Amino acid sequence: MERGRIILKSPRFDLTLQRLAHQLIETYGQFENTCLIGIQPRGVELSDRIYTLITEIIPGHQAKYGKLDITFYRDDFRLRKALKANDTEMDFVVDDQRVVLIDDVLYTGRTIQAALTALNYFGRPKNVELLVLIDRRFKREIPIRADYIGTSVDAVDEAHVVVDWDLNPLKNEVRLFKKKIEG
Amino acid sequence: MGSEAKFSTKHLLGIKYISTADIELIFHTADEFKEVINRPIKRVPTLRDITVANIFFENSTRTRISFELAEKRLSADVVNFSASSSSVSKGETLLDTVNNILSMKVDMVVIRHPAAGVPVYLSTRVNANIINAGDGTHEHPTQALLDAYSMIEKLGNLRGKKIVIVGDILHSRVALSNIFCLKKLGAKVRVCGPPTLIPKFIESLGVEVSFDVEASLKWCDAANVLRIQLERQEIPYLPSLREYAQYFGINAAMLERVDRPILILHPGPINRGVELSSDAADSKQSIILQQVENGVAIRMAVLYLLANRN
Repeated sequence: MERGRIILKSPRFDLTLQRLAHQLIETYGQFENTCLIGIQPRGVELSDRIYTLITEIIPGHQAKYGKLDITFYRDDFRLRKALKANDTEMDFVVDDQRVVLIDDVLYTGRTIQAALTALNYFGRPKNVELLVLIDRRFKREIPIRADYIGTSVDAVDEAHVVVDWDLNPLKNEVRLFKKKIEG
Repeated sequence: MGSEAKFSTKHLLGIKYISTADIELIFHTADEFKEVINRPIKRVPTLRDITVANIFFENSTRTRISFELAEKRLSADVVNFSASSSSVSKGETLLDTVNNILSMKVDMVVIRHPAAGVPVYLSTRVNANIINAGDGTHEHPTQALLDAYSMIEKLGNLRGKKIVIVGDILHSRVALSNIFCLKKLGAKVRVCGPPTLIPKFIESLGVEVSFDVEASLKWCDAANVLRIQLERQEIPYLPSLREYAQYFGINAAMLERVDRPILILHPGPINRGVELSSDAADSKQSIILQQVENGVAIRMAVLYLLANRN
């Protein structure tokens, strides 16, 4: 089976996470009226780590942290089979809050569109920014861009990017496959 | 992106026709919808291009409202139809009625009918997802699902748990669906009621039979108490309701004599003072109102899982 080309691994992987956390701190300071929201399921792997890093650097920060499942907000419900839903953990409303959406890979932009739709059902945020680990450029189907980017990848349409999270942070890596592997 | 939800059938005609994996998928999905309906804004746009017809040939308050709320919270378009105010009274056949509704571009049909087998019949003749909301004395699958879901919420898991169904088993579609559902989830099931209201050969479904309510309460982890369905009894099966209440009615004193707390469920509507006394129905052990809340989440899950299998 194809192993895929490694495009991000330790120690750069960890440095990238550190940089993203510091960039958020630069913008949000103590994170007053700020919600960090990981998109289920794979964005949460990233948001958990970013949130932990921020907490290590600023122990008393005021960020609210939520996990958002977008299954019920997708625009392709009629076009594909139903998807299994994941947990949503949002014990706050986002009225007048600064929101940072966090996902692992930004590709067509459809997931983020669904996440923005979902956010509407939790109130009216003051503003929304997007943080992604991988930005796959040139295949956007919707005018959406990320504000904080781990690394950018230019790959052909059939290619597939996988972020492999490991309990051992030294083993985290991002791999690029020539085509999507089922399952 | 989540993994694909593998639901085995296009229709929900009865618990008999779905697998244990289907039931578990419904429960998993209901967990997520329960979170949705407890939010400040209790709505998702998932079924925004789907039209659902609620066709009720028999009276219902709770089930119809529960389905309607579930549909509306999923942003589906809803049309309601009840037989009493329709052309059925002018002699239209069932199939004509349903086909007329479907030609107005309806995607899903929730049907309740006094005759057993109507949902199955429709599912073979019309092009829409059929959800059985109760057919005669046959099945009432969403009720059984929400009953089991409510029990799991309190008991953790039903494998090996003891559940007794008390009351009019003969006329109850809730009893039959409950038996199928609880057995599929690995529970031990006992039915309890007057001998005239226990169907012959019910043991063949793998359930025990008892005529002693108090002993059954002492045996069980949860008791699902059913209503005596006088409207379905063409001949008298009981000398009187008073006698039924005397021998099979459950009250708080009886619950206190059980040495551990057991759950009391009731699919509603309750005949207070007949199958359940007020002090038992309103006791801490009763999860009747949680059942109603869970009903909306379960029906949202069923609608969601069936809606895009066209």
